[in-house]
Amino acid sequence: MTPELMEAGRHALDVKEGRATPFGESGGRQASYGRIVQEDEVDVAHGAILYLDDITVSFDGFKALNKLSLSITAGELRCIIGPNGAGKTTMMDVITGKTRPDFGKAFFGSTIDLLRLRENAIAQIGIGRKFQKPTVYEQLSVFENLELALKADRRVRAAMFHRLNGEELDRIGEVLLLIHLKDSAQRTAGLLSHGQKQWLEIGMLLMQDPKLLLLDEPVAGMTDEETERTAELFLTLEGKHSLVVVEHDMKFVDELTQGRKKVTVLHEGSVLAEGLLADVQNNQKVVEVYLGR
Amino acid sequence: MSAVLNTPFVPTVKPKRGLLLGPKSWTAVMAALVTIVVLVPLLNLGLAPGNAFHLPDYYVGLIGKIMCYAICALAMDLIWGYTGILSLGHGLFFALGGYTMGMYLMRQIGRDGNYQSDLPDFMVFLNWKALPWHWALSDSFIWTLVLVIVVPAAIAFVFGFFAFRSRIKGVYFSIITQAMTYAAMLLFFRNETGFGGNNGFTDFKRILGIGITLPTTRMFLFVLTGLTLIGFYLMARAIVNSKYGRVLQAIRDAETRVMFTGYDPLAYKLSIWTLSAVMCGVAGALYVPQVGIINPGEMSTAAGIEMAIWAAVGGRASLIGPIVGAFFVNGAKSWFTQVFPEFWLYFLGAMFIAVTLFLPHGIVGLFKKKSEDRT
Repeated sequence: MTPELMEAGRHALDVKEGRATPFGESGGRQASYGRIVQEDEVDVAHGAILYLDDITVSFDGFKALNKLSLSITAGELRCIIGPNGAGKTTMMDVITGKTRPDFGKAFFGSTIDLLRLRENAIAQIGIGRKFQKPTVYEQLSVFENLELALKADRRVRAAMFHRLNGEELDRIGEVLLLIHLKDSAQRTAGLLSHGQKQWLEIGMLLMQDPKLLLLDEPVAGMTDEETERTAELFLTLEGKHSLVVVEHDMKFVDELTQGRKKVTVLHEGSVLAEGLLADVQNNQKVVEVYLGR
Repeated sequence: MSAVLNTPFVPTVKPKRGLLLGPKSWTAVMAALVTIVVLVPLLNLGLAPGNAFHLPDYYVGLIGKIMCYAICALAMDLIWGYTGILSLGHGLFFALGGYTMGMYLMRQIGRDGNYQSDLPDFMVFLNWKALPWHWALSDSFIWTLVLVIVVPAAIAFVFGFFAFRSRIKGVYFSIITQAMTYAAMLLFFRNETGFGGNNGFTDFKRILGIGITLPTTRMFLFVLTGLTLIGFYLMARAIVNSKYGRVLQAIRDAETRVMFTGYDPLAYKLSIWTLSAVMCGVAGALYVPQVGIINPGEMSTAAGIEMAIWAAVGGRASLIGPIVGAFFVNGAKSWFTQVFPEFWLYFLGAMFIAVTLFLPHGIVGLFKKKSEDRT
């Protein structure tokens, strides 16, 4: 008997005894285009981790996003700039499920359709978001803020009986160190300074360990030194995580892009220009709508 | 991530919590337990009415009633103080538990009513010939106990599911809970619905075949209420000390952050909302046999607001606060309504304003140690 026949016989027996399911038309295999398709696992084999196509959002006739198309490569750090009302925050709302676009496509990796998921599901598959206004749990301690963000089962029953293990404690400790709040671990988050709250929120994102981080004006209200440290932190995250940073502070953008990364300029809900910061800053259209004023 | 975090020194952090309660709080709980189970029965039943230390029946009844209110205040605290959802409809859940128990007590009257009929008096009065369908299980004590929990839970669950799924929040939620309670009150006021109309249920004779006005029965109900209150307090403590409880507080502080962290607020809000409704239902079921009457007045707008006042006066988000608040406000009420009956509502209003202005953390906020990081 050939090995194939023996394998087929073993499978037939397994089917009979309920250990396996019978082969379908494709011999029990799923279409995989040469790699394994994993449910709820982001697939970046085509390079892009985030892909927005033709997204349009209008509020009472005002087009906050107008046929916006954007693609972020896995591991990329992309800065997005643009004047007020350019649609930067709306874009983040669309990606995180807060706003449903009128039409267009939004994919996370090449398999996950973001427009079908709710906010919490999108967060669970690995998209973390930092708000423009630092949003932390004011009445809880810094430690508890991080604990709640820790990657874990998010269901009610799991939360009722959750106990932190040593590994999780270590992780909270690492992040506390990273965001320079280890001496404030037991302080109430509401008592932190504005900059520290920004750091705490970034720390909470790190606890979630997202694949894609969306950061809406992360250095607003920070001192120069804090801004510098934030830039350093983001640069260390690059590669392992993908980052989309919306920022007005050109010095910060310059530090992040290091003169070699792409910057996207949004204007009136669509991409106006894309390229190196220096090129973009010299682009006549960009100067007109934004930088020149 | 780990590559980034390969720092030479990782601080050891520990969560600032251990046992369910600190040693002082355990002592207080034990003291309350001894008072309820030993001291009050001894002073009330063990001593002759002439004795200087005798505790009059009036006070046993009053404290028993207030302990039922304290359970409601505790339920309010879980949903309002910890989760930030102000419900003005908890009077409904209290009344549902009370009415369920009341139906059983009405059936226990048997043929001792004014009309010597198997049917409750008000049904004879309305010329009804048979019990309506919703009275079917009312002669079974076991079913009554089940329904005391299931009825408020089911109504809270359905209402909560649609309200929370539609993301109704803040004052809008408070208003619809009030509207729901008001609608229910109008329904219970009608004679056709079979809940005794505006008179409700009263003139109870027995519970489990034992006289309901006997001193021992009343004492048993008192002790049972006290134990339920302590039990619910410990349960609430366990809840707020768990990660689940911290998610509830996170929902109160920043619900969008909770959502974008991957939690589904619906499941959390719905579970605590239903639990707090059940607590109120149980309180209502303990209240009715002790007070001897239940009528739609328990669902009035004022009743729902009063529960919020108990929690606010005692101190929200502290668990012990609402219990203190329920005792303080109701103690003041029973004294005031005897001495200056016409001024009680003015005093209540003034107290609420004073607490809001000067004591944001309520009465217990006055005694709380002002630790450096919690002020």
